[in-house]
Amino acid sequence: MKRSREPFFWALFSSGGMLAALTLPAWLFLTALAGPLGWVETPGRTGFRELIHSPYVRSALVVLVFLSLFHWAHRFRYTLYDGLQLYHLNALIATFCYGGASVLTIVAAWIVWTAG
Amino acid sequence: MNARHTTFHPKWHRERMPIFWWLRKWNYTKFITRELTSLAVAYTALLLVVEIACAARGEGPWSRLEAWLRSPAVLVFHGIVLLFLLVHSVTWLNLAPRAVSVRLAGRHVPDSLVLAGHYVAWLLASALVWWVLTGTGR
Repeated sequence: MKRSREPFFWALFSSGGMLAALTLPAWLFLTALAGPLGWVETPGRTGFRELIHSPYVRSALVVLVFLSLFHWAHRFRYTLYDGLQLYHLNALIATFCYGGASVLTIVAAWIVWTAG
Repeated sequence: MNARHTTFHPKWHRERMPIFWWLRKWNYTKFITRELTSLAVAYTALLLVVEIACAARGEGPWSRLEAWLRSPAVLVFHGIVLLFLLVHSVTWLNLAPRAVSVRLAGRHVPDSLVLAGHYVAWLLASALVWWVLTGTGR
């Protein structure tokens, strides 16, 4: 019997879900709402560049993006599968979700890493 | 969630379900809403990458990003994304006591304490993001 890849993707889904739950609301609130609306002082361009100058920050951000994308991939796969009942497209949906997350992670890692 | 599906099976009879079956009951709608929060998670992760890319690429891209972030439609959209992210956080953390069984000195830690611990972690992580983002010079 072929070994299931399910536990592997589930682990990514689960750690991504936790990391996203803890950090993303604050990030979005600050950089996309409170900052632009002038409620708080956000770093601005120089601050951002200072921030990503540190390889630790860049690594942390790459991990956050990687796990968030695979959280999406796994969950969205089953949303399409159960929600829209696309059972016959199972292989196609899985390829689209995990493949999409992989490509986006590689592009994101390259952008974040070379930005420092 | 059984990933093995055949289009034909000699014994089973499958009732055809309408595509929007999840609109029939509030519980089903809640379930699909929770599942769709993953879109907000992926979107925010990609927005983070765009913000970093614009900061790195120069004054032009950065000011275009700032103007875009300030436009009313985008602000409203980000408000909705934030709501979905909050639904994700709350539903995710609320499941924590069922996902982990914490034992301290051989005794089972009560669910309410595990839950409170996760919310404290959320608070601390948010404070860390706040500190990292606002602590750097303008």
